[in-house]
Amino acid sequence: MSKMAASSGRALKSFVQGCCGCSSVILPSIARNVILQKPAVTVLARLVCTSSTLQRKNIAAAGPEKYTQEFIKKQIEEFNIGKRHLANMMGEDPETFTQEGIDRAIAYLFPSGLFEKRARPVMKHPDEIFPKQRAVQWGEDGRPFHFLFYTGKQSYYSLMHDTFGKFLDIQKYQDSMRAEGLFSQDTKQVNLIGSRWMIKEELEEILVQPISDHDCLRFIQLLERILALPYCSIEEEYIQRFRRALEVQSKKQKIEPLQYDENEVAFSIGEGRRKTATATATVRDNGSGNITVNGVDYLLYFPVLQDREQLMFPFQFLDRLGKHDMECKVTGGGRSAQAGAIRLATARALLSFITENEVESMRQAGLLTPDPRVKERQKPGQEGARRKFTWNKR
Amino acid sequence: MEQYLFGCRLEQDILDLDQTMEHLQQALNFTAHVAYRRGIILFVSRNRQFTHLIESMARDCGEYAHCRYWQGGLLTNANVQYGKGVRLPDLIVFLSTLNNVFQQHVAVRDAAKMNIPTVGIVDSNCNPSLLTYPVPGNDDSGPAVELYCKLFRMTINRAKDKRRQMEILYGLKSQND
Repeated sequence: MSKMAASSGRALKSFVQGCCGCSSVILPSIARNVILQKPAVTVLARLVCTSSTLQRKNIAAAGPEKYTQEFIKKQIEEFNIGKRHLANMMGEDPETFTQEGIDRAIAYLFPSGLFEKRARPVMKHPDEIFPKQRAVQWGEDGRPFHFLFYTGKQSYYSLMHDTFGKFLDIQKYQDSMRAEGLFSQDTKQVNLIGSRWMIKEELEEILVQPISDHDCLRFIQLLERILALPYCSIEEEYIQRFRRALEVQSKKQKIEPLQYDENEVAFSIGEGRRKTATATATVRDNGSGNITVNGVDYLLYFPVLQDREQLMFPFQFLDRLGKHDMECKVTGGGRSAQAGAIRLATARALLSFITENEVESMRQAGLLTPDPRVKERQKPGQEGARRKFTWNKR
Repeated sequence: MEQYLFGCRLEQDILDLDQTMEHLQQALNFTAHVAYRRGIILFVSRNRQFTHLIESMARDCGEYAHCRYWQGGLLTNANVQYGKGVRLPDLIVFLSTLNNVFQQHVAVRDAAKMNIPTVGIVDSNCNPSLLTYPVPGNDDSGPAVELYCKLFRMTINRAKDKRRQMEILYGLKSQND
């Protein structure tokens, strides 16, 4: 398969000679795929002496084992025949024998006490066992299929080529519009709100080929350049293929529906936690701002102003200070933790009373985020979580 | 490059177009023969202006192009780069022998190492010594590169058509053995 043979058409042969301590190697005379010249060409003969150490193969350098297509096909046939035999053995119908049936059969016929599940006997479809090999990229005559094969990154560069082709198409369209005198700057723009560009991992999935951060960046830059042109809406469909929708965060909030009690008054229940304190709050409509905590008025339960401010913050944010009544139960934690828990509970309860935009503004204000801070544990060799023992010089 | 120059005027080197024509004819003749014998032709150029043009031309001919960043071992380390048993190009055509830093393209030296014949358009700032068929000519301007693309495409298409004609005429089977 050497390049030399292809261009010059000469063949190298070596003769076997019994030299002491060394053995000679016969090189393959003519590669299969090479075009033969007329046999009148002179043939160079060269003696090649190698020693036994040189002939030893470096097995590790060959890389992972490669499986040919025929081998895999044979394995698949054997698997299917074996599946039918197994079904007959277990007394089940060979036609409708699933993978779970195979697993049960193997576990029954070959019981294994090994702890590592992956070391136990297994019978699976060969596609799941043998690692996927890249299909050979060239035909029988050795010519690669893709015209950019010799770059190494054929799918990525072909993508860049196509994208640049779209860019040139838009420019040509622009020129034709200019020639007709219909050119205008204010044309339909591509809608980019609510979506983001693809990340490197998603691009790798599409191209089935690893790429670098730099490559991904270049591709995104090319797409942005296309979007800067006035008539980019022609190729909008092509560009949207590379954009992913952003998830709207506020849709993830679970809003309880409003409940009505005996006096036709609307109320809603919310739960909240902070450090070790848990609180359940019931917010009622048509109220006048009364707040009861564990059966006691809030002024008596929270003597400190800071805690009472925490309680009133959700109402103040929504401008509904004197409109609701609140009744809550709280256990655990300390003074500040209970106040924080009640605040989260009221905010969640109030979700049922307000519009979606207000929900989004509440979420951005941080009213709906549970505070994840808890007391950090003490570590051995230290006095507290962070405080170390007093350092002694001696 | 002095032998290929007609002269110099106002610090602009003028290439001798008679010599260019002879060299170009020889280069195109060689390309035609390689294409006739079903060789792999690789077009290389690092001039970013004409990347798209050259790649489209290569695709239309049915040949191959590499107008991107050249990784080190593409020719010399081919078995590791592409896989075992890959067939390397039988001819490399340079539409510009310089890379982006105005140094000689690595592929010129690598092709010489791997005994691959090369055809290259050499401008007055290039080194023609390692190329088998240098063609003195301008590699910077649009019309020039478009002309070269047109000529190579025409040559390769004609050579392939001739091959198909001869196969049908003499009933030769495709050389796969």
